[in-house]
Amino acid sequence: MAQTRRDFIGMALGGITAVGGVCTLGAMKKSWDPLPSVQSAGFVTVDVSTIQEGEARSFQWRGKPIFVLRKSADTPKNAKRDVVIGEKVFTLVIGLCTHLGCIPSYDAKQKSFICACHGGVFDASGINTFGPPPRPLDIPPFKIAGESLVLGEEGEEYKKLTAKKA
Amino acid sequence: MAEIRKSEGLIDWLDQRLAVKAFMRVMMTEYWIPKNINFLWAMGVVLVVLFGVLLVTGLLLLMYYKPDINLAFDSVNYTIMQEVEYGWLWRHMHGVAASATFLIIYIHLFTGIYYGSYKKGREMIWITGMVLFIAFSAEAFSGYMLPWGQMSYWAAQVITNLFSGIPVIGDDVVIWIRGDYVVADATLTRFFMLHVVLLPLVIIVVIAVHFYSLRFPHVNNQDSEELNFDVEAKKFLDGRKKESKVVPFWPVFLSKDFFVVGAFMTFFFLLCCYHFDFAMDPINFEPANSMKTPAHIYPEWYFLWNYEVLRGFFFDIAGIAAMDIGLIAFVIANIVFMVLPFLDRNPMNTAPAHKRPLFKYWFWILVVDMIVLTVYGKLPPTGVNAWVGFFAAIIFLGLFIALPFITKHEAKGDVQ
Amino acid sequence: MRELKILAIVIFFTAVTYWGVEPYAHSQMHPHVAPADFNFKDIQPLALNGNNENGKTLVEANCIACHSIKSLGLEAPMSNDDAASAYGVVPPDLSHAGVIYDKNYLAGFLKDPVNATKLSHKFGDTKPYAMPSYSFLSDQEIADIVAYLKNVVATKPTDKMVFEEACGRCHSMKYDSFKAQTSSTFMKNYLGAEAPDLSMMIRSKKAEYLTPFINEPLKMVEGIAMPRVGLTAASQEQVIAYMENVGDRKKAEREDLGLKLIGFMAIFTLIAYAWKVRIWKEVA
Repeated sequence: MAQTRRDFIGMALGGITAVGGVCTLGAMKKSWDPLPSVQSAGFVTVDVSTIQEGEARSFQWRGKPIFVLRKSADTPKNAKRDVVIGEKVFTLVIGLCTHLGCIPSYDAKQKSFICACHGGVFDASGINTFGPPPRPLDIPPFKIAGESLVLGEEGEEYKKLTAKKA
Repeated sequence: MAEIRKSEGLIDWLDQRLAVKAFMRVMMTEYWIPKNINFLWAMGVVLVVLFGVLLVTGLLLLMYYKPDINLAFDSVNYTIMQEVEYGWLWRHMHGVAASATFLIIYIHLFTGIYYGSYKKGREMIWITGMVLFIAFSAEAFSGYMLPWGQMSYWAAQVITNLFSGIPVIGDDVVIWIRGDYVVADATLTRFFMLHVVLLPLVIIVVIAVHFYSLRFPHVNNQDSEELNFDVEAKKFLDGRKKESKVVPFWPVFLSKDFFVVGAFMTFFFLLCCYHFDFAMDPINFEPANSMKTPAHIYPEWYFLWNYEVLRGFFFDIAGIAAMDIGLIAFVIANIVFMVLPFLDRNPMNTAPAHKRPLFKYWFWILVVDMIVLTVYGKLPPTGVNAWVGFFAAIIFLGLFIALPFITKHEAKGDVQ
Repeated sequence: MRELKILAIVIFFTAVTYWGVEPYAHSQMHPHVAPADFNFKDIQPLALNGNNENGKTLVEANCIACHSIKSLGLEAPMSNDDAASAYGVVPPDLSHAGVIYDKNYLAGFLKDPVNATKLSHKFGDTKPYAMPSYSFLSDQEIADIVAYLKNVVATKPTDKMVFEEACGRCHSMKYDSFKAQTSSTFMKNYLGAEAPDLSMMIRSKKAEYLTPFINEPLKMVEGIAMPRVGLTAASQEQVIAYMENVGDRKKAEREDLGLKLIGFMAIFTLIAYAWKVRIWKEVA
């Protein structure tokens, strides 16, 4: 009888210590999280109204390059990937080659993104057409706000595009 | 090599390779502590817990702290205190634990003096303890500089300047310590190194030696009774637990320590969340300004007695400059506790202070004098305050000069 | 019993030391000062009732050449830097002036700005104050202006707005991304000292000190360049609340979590005590 009671108290002590330990670890985990200032910097608004037909412009979002290409009339459309704002059709991709993360550059003549590292080629919609890249260029989460794109926020159009992929 | 057989489980597997069972016996279940002790014997474990708190919270602070004079203040007061989730908690715990560590160190130290635990084979425990005190002092001082507030800066300025009192090479030593002609970026970064790497390493090593030095002379008890630990341990192992004068470290001794630690930590969190100004001086929330000294500067409370010994000598005596006398007294005050076992000329009498006719007065005068020094170390050193400080410093030094004579006299009394 | 006696001794000496180095030492370092005077007793009280319409005319004729009243859409005639170089400091916006400043103070300020701000050690005939004296106006006209200013806006300003209007011309609040309207180089010329950033002032000075200090800086610090700005008790509380919100924004979280931490440790201590009693029953 005495033995079981002692065990019970000992276990209670171990239990409350464990609870305290878990709570402390939870608090420490939160201290490791990205700071609010980092998280808010994760939303960037880019103005795409001034981009000319056939022009690709790059922006920075969460430390990564973002390419926005306004397709010219003769460039093939791709309903699964195009971002359409009014009459204008854009390709919006994260400018990191899906092979090993180098930054491809846009070649206006060939209407392709070409990666210098290992020769990967993506077409104007960002789909891999040649070389080692395993999949098309990734599309960052975005929301259309007038003639601007808010990167980091998942808008209606973004959800539609990702839904089509699946 | 030991014979390795098929193991009966994880513990057995480990035991065959690491002798964990023998290790646990030696360190825990058959590490014998006298039974006749009071809660003051738990201060060592409280200090271990506080050191753990300092280490863990320190690691978390280190993730966001920037040791650069242009960034340090904001990294502490904005990033850590306001942006990082629970950052304020880690900082408050770190600051309050530093102060609390010294409170417990002083209680631990006076316990050792009161019960005569510094002599008769326990000299190394005492000396390593005093080395820890000095290492913790350096650790506290270097850490206090890091937030780069007004107190950080001016404490660094004043304390590094003390070294200019060294004859001949003093001024060069000050520049060498600072890495600049004034307290500057180089100073901050090197004290950061000391605070987060070198001194913690030293402290951990000395703690290990401190514990090790306890194994042979064993823990003292309330009446300084000589115990035959082998005989008493055998009684305990034979089941005569009530009769035995010793208890094992685990679980018996630690069960009491957990209670003391719990009670202390309750108080600790009260200080952390509601009453932290004593450990985190408001003046240090003002950014460092090399062109403006705060109206009142003073060290943290645990350095005040020491500081008052330095400040107490405010006039020249016999042609020696006041500053030099103060410095000499300061150096003596810092090392005099270290040699306490050798100043005591009655090394075989380890009775607690209340059973020693003269030593008990010596002890309580020392306690009161150090509190007077501490309080007057903070007050502005003007008028009568300066004289109180002077006499308290004289009494402090006098106590240690008197100690050999007092104890020698006591020893003669013992013989009769 | 003996343990409790020892505990009492330890607590006694700890408490004496604490009392000596904290409350006692601080009472010696910071002598007691008279509490904040929100009646501005040294200024003659405004006895007359003002006329709003008349006040409007007077303000339009006399004030808006330098001051903006943004709530009415009246922008400042100059940019902040131009105004600072012309006057020494950016003139305040008057949108909430009638609400955040005491009315007697405002009247006294219009008549004799240097006396009301208590800056006679900084300004005089050789270095005139930026705001001219309107002592040539009659008491009735002064009352009219004050009455008008009180009626400019009906809405109560937020804590931050009070700070920006009353303090923000000279002081920055870095941790809230607020920059003083007058840049620090102008400040140095104007008052001979840079106005400190106030982000952490709530932690370094504490609300208890700030209350009498903001009310009358010169009483607290000899020769200080900061003027008495004449805030009412309520708006001064708003300023301090704003400072606390910026400099000690985790206060509520700290005080809330504190209770939980103490509660947790208290429960831990009780269980640990019960366990200790069980264990020691076997050995003693």
